[in-house]
Amino acid sequence: MVRFVKSSSDILIWLILLGAPFWLPAAGSYVELGTHIVVLALAAMSLNFLLGFTGVLSFGHAAYFGLGAYGTALTIKYLYPSTPLGMLVGVVIGTIAAAVIGLMIVRLRGVYFAMCTIAFGQVFYFIAFQWFSLTGGDDGVSAWHRVPLDFGFTTVNILNNNKAFYYFVLAVFALSVGVMAFLLRSPFGRTLLAIRENERRARFLGIPVDAHIWMSWVISCFFVSVAGTLFALMNDFIDPRAIRWDQSGTFVIMAVLGGMRNFWGPLIGAAIYIALQDYLSSHTENWMSFIGLFFVLIVLFFPRGVLGIIRRKVVS
Amino acid sequence: MSLLQVHKVSKLFGSLVAVNDVSMTVEPGELRAVIGPNGAGKTTFFNLITGFFRPTSGSIIFNGDDITALLPARRVWRGIARTFQITEVFPELTVHENLRIPVEVASGFRLKPWLSRDNDAKVRARVAELLEMGGLADKAGRLVGELAHGDQRSTEIMMAIALNPRLLLLDEPTAGMGEQETFEIIQLIRRLHKDSKLTIVLIEHDMRVVFHLADRIMVLDQGKFLAEGTPQEIAKNEAVQTAYLGKAA
Repeated sequence: MVRFVKSSSDILIWLILLGAPFWLPAAGSYVELGTHIVVLALAAMSLNFLLGFTGVLSFGHAAYFGLGAYGTALTIKYLYPSTPLGMLVGVVIGTIAAAVIGLMIVRLRGVYFAMCTIAFGQVFYFIAFQWFSLTGGDDGVSAWHRVPLDFGFTTVNILNNNKAFYYFVLAVFALSVGVMAFLLRSPFGRTLLAIRENERRARFLGIPVDAHIWMSWVISCFFVSVAGTLFALMNDFIDPRAIRWDQSGTFVIMAVLGGMRNFWGPLIGAAIYIALQDYLSSHTENWMSFIGLFFVLIVLFFPRGVLGIIRRKVVS
Repeated sequence: MSLLQVHKVSKLFGSLVAVNDVSMTVEPGELRAVIGPNGAGKTTFFNLITGFFRPTSGSIIFNGDDITALLPARRVWRGIARTFQITEVFPELTVHENLRIPVEVASGFRLKPWLSRDNDAKVRARVAELLEMGGLADKAGRLVGELAHGDQRSTEIMMAIALNPRLLLLDEPTAGMGEQETFEIIQLIRRLHKDSKLTIVLIEHDMRVVFHLADRIMVLDQGKFLAEGTPQEIAKNEAVQTAYLGKAA
């Protein structure tokens, strides 16, 4: 029964995502909102690989998100106008930075780990903010845009066709979350669950816990930097807000809101967060207070997030 | 050759001497009990053997190699598995998953992003065997956190067995259990010892368990070695009676 509900909910989610460019406008919204949700959902799901499935809280994922975004923007603007090349450079930079910083912080636990991720994250924020000649400082990197994809035999115009861009983003999303889901079902993925469940037990079953946490961290940061590249492409622009610590907090909120023990939880959290933001910000400047209130209510009454509520109903 | 030789180990926490110059030799196939009143340093002694702490002085030889400075995970790879005084399992995973993880680690699969059909079948067969051995077959799909204490403890012991250890260390395996559960755990340990010829060292408070199971007993008191011998010898030992059995009576 539970398995049936699980696989049918997978299918339902993919159908909703595939149909979004058609039902969103029909529902009085717009395609770009869907794109925005999918991009941030990828970031939140990447964070949740570490948070929900390894049990390690990072408050600094915006750093690697931002490095992916800046890498893409600067490559397309200054190096060569190619979308895949920009993404590749962004992801490589983000992942290398994560791998090096991970080595320094992987022995820390809990709040100490979280604090160090913020501290290292802020280093990149200040670099982006201060290095005016390269990053444009507070003004960000503008006057560039994503480039249509050239496959040789055909070109996909992701620049001017918003549906084409949505499906491009969704394809990257599908590939990324597919790999993460695959890893979580593997022996390696089970060692991460073991660490989340009981680090001491994991260690005394012969799992080198620090090494496995480092690998989970690098995988998580790799995918969050993929999300960052998409974020830059989506806006044709990037500024230091995307690399600041409050952006990391947004990812955590999305994961917790939707339910971090559920693979799809962060997607639901991202959808709720962005839809609320979209709706509230057209009515009030203080939209953040309302999202904050909603978040507090969910955490207080449904600590397992929105999907936690649904799941409990299914089991009972 | 002895399987385990603990040579004059001491552990200091600040000025507190938790373990004071204790030696122990365990032969292959032996079932050794370590007993002593509360605060005797039994668990600390275990923690030194498994690498939870490093001894302040002394050395630990396992299977001929000095493992005094090895990290816990590496001691596990060499064949030392343990359980804890307070049951340590993966509560939100099923019994099957709890056993599957150590089976995969012991098979060298811990870094594999996927398993071949062959290897997957081997892992499943081994898990099924362990479930059967631990009397857990009918609970394989249940979350361990939902099980009765005795079943959680059996799961924990079988997780250690899943590692194919050469030496199994059990820290108070029957702590906090009722009559029936205690009996079942004793049966399980006896099967593991007699049928699988496993070398076991256990800490225990329950004297019935100790005198039922152990080949030899070592007694610690206030961090120091007090006596060692067969159950009969220990029962007659006057120093032990004063320090331990005497106090209990």
